[in-house]
Amino acid sequence: MTDQRSQAEIVRQSLKRRYRKERRFRAYGILAIAIALSALVVLFTDIIGKGYTGFTKTTITMEVNLDGEMMYLDDATDEKQMKMADFVEPLLQALIKQVPGATEENREAVRDLLNPYASNELREMLQANPDWLGTTQTLTVLAHTDVDVYAKHAGDSAYSIKLSERQQQWVDQLIEKGVVQTSFNDVFFTSGDSRDPSRAGILGAVVGSLLTMIVTLVLSFPIGVAAAIYLEEFAPQNKLTDFIEVNINNLAAVPSIIFGLLGLAVFINLFGMPRSVPVVGGLVLTLMTLPTIIISSRAAIKSVPPSIREAAEGIGASKMQVVLHHVLPLAMPGMLTGSIIGMAQALGETAPLLLIGMVAFIVDVPGGFFESATVLPVQVFLWAGSPELAFIERASAAIMVLLAFLVSMNALAIGLRKRLERRW
Amino acid sequence: MNTINPAVTSEADQYQAEPVAPVREQPEETIIEEGKTVGRPFADNAKFKLRDVNVSYGDTRAIKNISLDVAKNEVIAFIGPSGCGKSTFLRCLNRMNDSIEICKVTGSLQLDDQDIYDRRRDVVELRARVGMVFQKPNPFPKSIYDNVAYGPRIHGLANRKSDLDEIVENSLRKAGLWGEVKDRLDATATGMSGGQQQRLCIARAIAVSPEVILMDEPCSALDPIATARVEELMAEMSESYTIVIVTHSMQQAARVSNRTAYFHLGHLVEVNETNKVFTSPEHELTESYITGRFG
Repeated sequence: MTDQRSQAEIVRQSLKRRYRKERRFRAYGILAIAIALSALVVLFTDIIGKGYTGFTKTTITMEVNLDGEMMYLDDATDEKQMKMADFVEPLLQALIKQVPGATEENREAVRDLLNPYASNELREMLQANPDWLGTTQTLTVLAHTDVDVYAKHAGDSAYSIKLSERQQQWVDQLIEKGVVQTSFNDVFFTSGDSRDPSRAGILGAVVGSLLTMIVTLVLSFPIGVAAAIYLEEFAPQNKLTDFIEVNINNLAAVPSIIFGLLGLAVFINLFGMPRSVPVVGGLVLTLMTLPTIIISSRAAIKSVPPSIREAAEGIGASKMQVVLHHVLPLAMPGMLTGSIIGMAQALGETAPLLLIGMVAFIVDVPGGFFESATVLPVQVFLWAGSPELAFIERASAAIMVLLAFLVSMNALAIGLRKRLERRW
Repeated sequence: MNTINPAVTSEADQYQAEPVAPVREQPEETIIEEGKTVGRPFADNAKFKLRDVNVSYGDTRAIKNISLDVAKNEVIAFIGPSGCGKSTFLRCLNRMNDSIEICKVTGSLQLDDQDIYDRRRDVVELRARVGMVFQKPNPFPKSIYDNVAYGPRIHGLANRKSDLDEIVENSLRKAGLWGEVKDRLDATATGMSGGQQQRLCIARAIAVSPEVILMDEPCSALDPIATARVEELMAEMSESYTIVIVTHSMQQAARVSNRTAYFHLGHLVEVNETNKVFTSPEHELTESYITGRFG
């Protein structure tokens, strides 16, 4: 009797200890998650805080008298004349009218408020509407990058303001009058890279990324899935298969820059493919993504219950039918998830692409797989390395766009998994 | 390091482990003489003619020199303690052991006087003739209709949709499931109860019109009512099919089978008419087993 009671006592004591351990373990878990979350919050506040201004542009809106004499132009449909015409003068005259205290004498200082590209904008507008010649129109053109920086970051010591004090006063007055305005930066989404921050955009990089991803997906998904099926279902169990398996696992751990070197040596030097093009980028990223896709696809195939295989074999399905009709559909969610995560990894990859020349300064939006291009993370890399702070805010904005792509790809992976998942 | 095919190895583990499972009060090894079977192992109208069959997993011998006939349209039950090799032996009959690489089968196994393990033998054709129902109900995660229609589809048994509909209906009727599912053929099969799923698996096996149906403990995952339903079904099916059933329930063997074979540690100890095995067993091991002294 005493024996039993003491045993109960021992159990009770050990229970207390066990519960304490459990509570401590749970606290560690919560702490770990809190650290991870706060790191994430710090990262996002920093990027968003620095980058949200990248999504706005500064413009000048004013009434412009499109006088033919002033522009040396009497027919807006004549291309030759359009090439020679002066499009700066009408804008400058219009701006001088808006700036209080500005005269012909300080026209240089006033002109520096206009974006060098503004005259091109005016030419394009006139080309689209030739009948505007000789009339007065209310037009909106881009402001100079220095004006952009001043309008957004006037009090910020991190930014150096390049405008003179008089120019600063003018801009203050123009903002008050509503001539200088900030609005949504459509230029950022509709143009390629540029030396001028206020005209630089990510469209070229986004299209480059898209083309590269298409090449990567088209190559790596079928090859990866086929390799996984072969290794999992058909390969004989021997030394060679073991060797291949070990090496696939090793490949997954190879630093990505090595794949870049390989791409440079094999695709560009040996096969003579052009540099900086999405096809080569896609090939390199395919090599990098393949191990991930193979490993996740094999895991997905392994998780198909053997009872389903047996059931199909028991009715007389051939090996191929078992794989195609039963194993693949059940393994598909896992395969897709693995592939999308692999693609997301490839989308964020920079190092190997630097080596194959996708780091070049490319203004044009690429029109095909064999045209020079850059990709989003490399664009971020380029801008982040720029000494001009106006590029830094665009780099942060580009990071946000990249993150948005990555998050939506991962959401797609989760969604697909939920949708295709079947229970048995 | 991982092995190449985990499905295979896990199966192998499962069946490999069986022969070494200890048996309580293990009688002296000398009582069994290898290759010697008491009773009536042979039949005149044999569907399966099995002679000197040996099965080994690597170094472990799972089946030791078994000879047996399975007669046409009979129901034969394999009984015996866990790990005695009855499931392994059953799986030899439609070569389900093929996928286990370390499994080796020797001896002569004939179905209608044709060698099952012949190198030229097409295993797909064999399995179309020898269907199988497994221990755990394993319907495909598809609709009820597609489950039953799968076999006929892959074997090309029906050219028109109406033919296929007919096969599905007949199979479900034979499996006693038609009344319960005729209004929801498009419902997913995994949503059915365990007993219904197992009868669906039987319907699926019947749909390709096999000559033999192998059943590996078909009722071990079912409740008594579902078990009774499946047993009824077996009695009806025995008119048109040859049935080989592995069971742990001696009552079940007694209820459904014409003949009963008693396995012990890879040996086939005794084969006889079912009522003879259960009323006056000839071998002392059989007697110990059916009286519940071990197993």
